[in-house]
Amino acid sequence: MSLISLMGALEIGLIFALVALGVLISFRLLNFPDLTADGSFPLGGAVAAVLIAGGHDPWLACGLAAIAGAAAGWLTAWLNVRLGILQLLASILVMIALYSINLRIMGAPNIALIGLPTVFTPFISTVNDNAWLIQPAVLAVIVVLAKLLLDAFFASEAGLALRATGANPRMARAQGISTDRMTLAGMALSNALIALAGALYVQTQGGADISMGIGTIVVGLAAVIIGETLLPPRSLWLVTLATVLGALLYRLLIALALNADFIGLQAQDLNLITAVLVGLALVLPKIKAKLRNKQGGRTA
Amino acid sequence: MMRADNLFKTFNPGTPLENPVLRGLSLTIESGQFVTVIGSNGAGKSTFLNAISGDISPDSGSLFIDGQDVTRQTAWQRAGLVARVFQDPLAGTCEGLSIEENLALAMQRGQGRGLSRAVKASYREQFRAKLATLQLGLENRLGDRMGLLSGGQRQAVSLLMASLQPSRLLLLDEHTAALDPKTAAFVLQLTDRIVSENKLTALMVTHSMRQALDHGHRTVMLHQGRVVLDVSGEERSRMDVPDLLAMFEQTRGEKLDDDALLLG
Ligand SMILES: Nc1ncnc2c1ncn2[C@@H]1O[C@H](COP(=O)(O)OP(=O)(O)O)[C@@H](O)[C@H]1O
Ligand SMILES: [Mg+2]
Repeated sequence: MSLISLMGALEIGLIFALVALGVLISFRLLNFPDLTADGSFPLGGAVAAVLIAGGHDPWLACGLAAIAGAAAGWLTAWLNVRLGILQLLASILVMIALYSINLRIMGAPNIALIGLPTVFTPFISTVNDNAWLIQPAVLAVIVVLAKLLLDAFFASEAGLALRATGANPRMARAQGISTDRMTLAGMALSNALIALAGALYVQTQGGADISMGIGTIVVGLAAVIIGETLLPPRSLWLVTLATVLGALLYRLLIALALNADFIGLQAQDLNLITAVLVGLALVLPKIKAKLRNKQGGRTA
Repeated sequence: MMRADNLFKTFNPGTPLENPVLRGLSLTIESGQFVTVIGSNGAGKSTFLNAISGDISPDSGSLFIDGQDVTRQTAWQRAGLVARVFQDPLAGTCEGLSIEENLALAMQRGQGRGLSRAVKASYREQFRAKLATLQLGLENRLGDRMGLLSGGQRQAVSLLMASLQPSRLLLLDEHTAALDPKTAAFVLQLTDRIVSENKLTALMVTHSMRQALDHGHRTVMLHQGRVVLDVSGEERSRMDVPDLLAMFEQTRGEKLDDDALLLG
């Protein structure tokens, strides 16, 4: 694998690290199975692309994209806590609705951003092409910042309340925590991160496409699960670190698999590979536990 | 002070599973009083406590805590007034969080939660001192996950958590039932200490008539969602378990079988 394609894998890995941190908040910390990501990732991309194409500042575009994502996550949570719609179903409703909304925002199935200023432009040299190095570097700074901010938040009073909400809602309420409000806020935070990832994604890809969200949630989940096998969940900063590393490792493995011609895999096989991987990761712990039980039964 | 007025609650109304659990339950507890509650399985003891804490809302009737009408308040809104320890040792704490994080959650009970650090250095000192009084060695394990503790240790920590912030009412729902006899005795002794040290108004459900008479100032018995027996003072101090049983049969005009009431 060439250095350029390695950096390319890293770049996408860093973007999906933000998605994975969002998925960590919904699936793991809040215990809220949320598929909104497939809609909020392209939502972030659509908002950013339209603003940048309209001549607005790319950082402002990222910020507004994150706010749009927060609104989407908040809506999913609202459908659940206020209207009592099942979590998974609430998120599917918002995801489907977002497909139409994203098309409305973009006004066309795709928007090109080639030649327009992005958050990376100020750092890219006009003499020699260093985008392959600069883009991952800027993304790395953003991801590290996001991770550190999240760590600080989850160690705060409000952050701890959010974790208690997911871990033991009855206990959380007995301690005076409004689990409804915490769920609304946590889901907004989760999807803000995912939409920010979408906003950065369109700037690395030179454009937005209406179908760019397909499979986002599965990739994010894969990263979280790989991360969980990498490091022990001894404290939350280790968990967020593992999640970031999981996203990077996942993209590297995919790049390696696609590069190995003898396997005969192509880019369009990506979603299939991811689905199989996540499926395996979900059943492996159960199979392991079963085997252990059987052994225990024999020796007892 | 706590006052429950004519509480009614029916689960699954209008279905074949319709189950009237609270049927006009009224009870007033004076400040500083420690009341034990007994009653057969399904008498509505847990439902009563859940109604007081706001986990369920009664169909009718009203609830006052310190003169404040809390009938329509949610559980989290009342948390500043009501502290509780559950029967299941897993229910009162978060096993994925550390001991100090659990204590920090309780330190903030009924207060706003902002962005300042949850586990403050000054808290740690307090936590260590309070945990040391349990004599379980937990003062050196602040960073350990709650899930590593035994059921008895978790109940002891739950009790500490319930007493970190002042409350108007402490609810204990068979909080020693899941423990072995020795641990149960320890947690019960701890309960007595914490209630008297903090002069708490407390309501303790127990499955043991012995415990009901040996602890607290007053004993009430629930049957089919109402208070059928209420003894305190001189009368109560002269009572023994058989007297309690006899009184119950007298009030209800029916004979109890051994299954209906667990003797302790
Ligand atoms: N949330 C609930 N939904 C439906 N039925 C319930 C619920 N909580 C309790 N019950 C029923 O109410 C009855 C009384 O339960 P409970 O108050 O737990 O009794 P106790 O604590 O005195 O043993 C039981 O028949 C129980 O099945
Ligand atoms: Mg009960």
